[in-house]
Amino acid sequence: MINMTAKSLLSHTARIAWKDLTELFRNRLGLVLLIVMPLFMMVMVGFIYPSGNATPNSMPFGLVNQDSGFNNNTIPSQTFITGFQMMNNQTHMLTLSTSSSIANIKSEIQKGTLDGAVVIPSNFSESVMNGEQGTLIVITDQSNPTVSSELQAAVSDEINNLGTQLAKQEVRSLSANVTANNSLAIVQPYIVPPPANSSYFSFIAPGMVMLTVMMSVMTGLPVAISQEREVGTMDGMMVAPINRLSIILGKALGQTGRGLIQGVIVMALALGIFGVVIHGSMILVAALLLLGVFSFVGLGIVLTSLAKDQETAQMMMMTLMFPMMFLSGVMFPLQQMPWYMQDIAKFLPLTYAADAMRKVMVLGAGVGDISTDLIILIAFGAIMIAIAVPLFRRMMTR
Amino acid sequence: MANDSIIEVRNLTKKFGEFTAVDKISFDVKRGEIFGLLGPNGAGKSTTLRMLSTLARPTEGTAIIGGHDIVREDTEVRKLIGIVSEKMIMYNRLTAKENLVFFGSLFNLPKDDLSKRIDELLELVQLTKWKNSQVGTFSTGMRQRMNVVRALLNTPQVLFLDEPTLGLDPQSSVEIREFVKKLNRENGTTIIVTTHMMVDADLLCDRIGIMDHAKIVALDTSTNLKKTISGEDTTILKLEIGNLTPQIIEAINACGCVDAVTQENSMRLRIISHGQEAFDSVIDSVRAEGGKINSMENMQPTLEDVFLHITGHQVRDSADQKIPLEHKRFGQEASSRIR
Repeated sequence: MINMTAKSLLSHTARIAWKDLTELFRNRLGLVLLIVMPLFMMVMVGFIYPSGNATPNSMPFGLVNQDSGFNNNTIPSQTFITGFQMMNNQTHMLTLSTSSSIANIKSEIQKGTLDGAVVIPSNFSESVMNGEQGTLIVITDQSNPTVSSELQAAVSDEINNLGTQLAKQEVRSLSANVTANNSLAIVQPYIVPPPANSSYFSFIAPGMVMLTVMMSVMTGLPVAISQEREVGTMDGMMVAPINRLSIILGKALGQTGRGLIQGVIVMALALGIFGVVIHGSMILVAALLLLGVFSFVGLGIVLTSLAKDQETAQMMMMTLMFPMMFLSGVMFPLQQMPWYMQDIAKFLPLTYAADAMRKVMVLGAGVGDISTDLIILIAFGAIMIAIAVPLFRRMMTR
Repeated sequence: MANDSIIEVRNLTKKFGEFTAVDKISFDVKRGEIFGLLGPNGAGKSTTLRMLSTLARPTEGTAIIGGHDIVREDTEVRKLIGIVSEKMIMYNRLTAKENLVFFGSLFNLPKDDLSKRIDELLELVQLTKWKNSQVGTFSTGMRQRMNVVRALLNTPQVLFLDEPTLGLDPQSSVEIREFVKKLNRENGTTIIVTTHMMVDADLLCDRIGIMDHAKIVALDTSTNLKKTISGEDTTILKLEIGNLTPQIIEAINACGCVDAVTQENSMRLRIISHGQEAFDSVIDSVRAEGGKINSMENMQPTLEDVFLHITGHQVRDSADQKIPLEHKRFGQEASSRIR
């Protein structure tokens, strides 16, 4: 008897979920949007925020050489210019042009035809060859902090190179014991090797996958249920002799399917187009996707039960979505936020879902490494479902 | 079963906050009967129907359907009933057949039986040709027929119809009425229908319960209801006055013998009156105001007259004006009509 009940509960649940997915796949435009929406999200957030790989390029940049030389010798400034040009030939970050005076540069920056310039003062070679520090002046467009800091970084990179070169020569000329190889060790004993792949996409993709799944379940469920209530089709299910639980389970399962499809699409885009690499286990990634869905389904049902109609449901979604999107560390690292924001973030399930996914995808973490995240997500999901089911039953038999 | 009542309603009450939508109503419906609930929008008909079909839980009271309590044994009740709501219960993106398979599968019918039943039903309403078309492409009439057969999937003993002809053209209305009658005649299905259309109630129902302001104010066969006002004492007059003015209507209303006056168009009045002097005093009051009587007819009473006589207002009036504001907010019925 109990066996029969459980069997028909499951079969009705599956029926309802299948019905929902059939409807979804019949809706062509909806299906297209299902793919386009996450793509837009990825592209937008990925390109808006600068990162190692996504530096600006072809910024107009001026070069003013006022070097008068020392004993008719301009080797230091020539070396700098050549080195600078060679570097730019690799990065294509700048479009170089020469200019005659600082005043010219300033007016061009104001006009917007230059983003910045480097000025080699008249005593540059003289200072360097007399064993003093040669000073270069970098002028940048201060109205754009991002561009400004990128340019400063580019110029100082090249100056560092130049300085290192000269220092190496100097060291060798001082001692015959020093070879070409270990002269660098004396000038620059410590270095930090650059990270292998530090693209912003790697940071954002795991969070985006979880965010998409969460949005799908949380917005999809209330909208789907309140729509059925408004259209009247909910009555058709309600007058059937089925367990009320199978209605909510069926709807949740249908939306889960939708969420997973979207999550997989975002993942595929991240891997295929944006060059994100999964360092951890694929199975763990898939399990995390499912767990993410599980932890948000309850919340979705609670909201469904509280919302009287579709419009209210959507407004409630929006209110919850925004803090989740921005405070859960999906788009910005939590560490960037003030402490009180970080405290709020601790209450959002997406924080843990995104964190766990990121650890697995970027750092190749295993189950043990993310156990705290997992426990919190499972607990959150279970508590929400425990609240959701009675709430939903009550709403259904108003 | 000991008695032949398939539905016994006892003190059924539904409150939405402070507002009472259905107020302690009690009635019985006989097995195989077509029972009508007639009344204006907001009278509580749909709420009554939703409670009987287990879609809403009564605040107080209960009903027994086929021996099962609608509150305590709702699942058992659901096996016995079907409901045709004023809203179309079907998914536009699924085909006719897919819709029926989906709803049918919720009743645990064996797959072969269900498939056979669906073919039968589609044939019955001449939709076989369209069974693989999405319901969203159907005309209103086709959709309404789908809506009806959906409710018949489980071969219900009791079929509830909530305003089945609302928004349908006269042709489709006739089709639905004929179909319901046929179903009742051939399968012995008990039918409970709510309507605010006098014609529907008159042509379809064996017995009619008139609902007004959450209560059943009269319950009998159409003929008997009419008899209550067509006794020797009551006269119904149709009067055409060439120069009809509000003053004339007021004067007629002022007659002691006049119970109700309805204006049918710019010249025609319908008057329910009583007493020996009805004719004389109506004519006198019209002429006293300078009215010119073109014609005068002595009418047979209609259900409309019965409603007017019992409640003191017209069915249409109350639909537009007499629903309290709260009801529009809370009432299932009222809010769905405002669209």
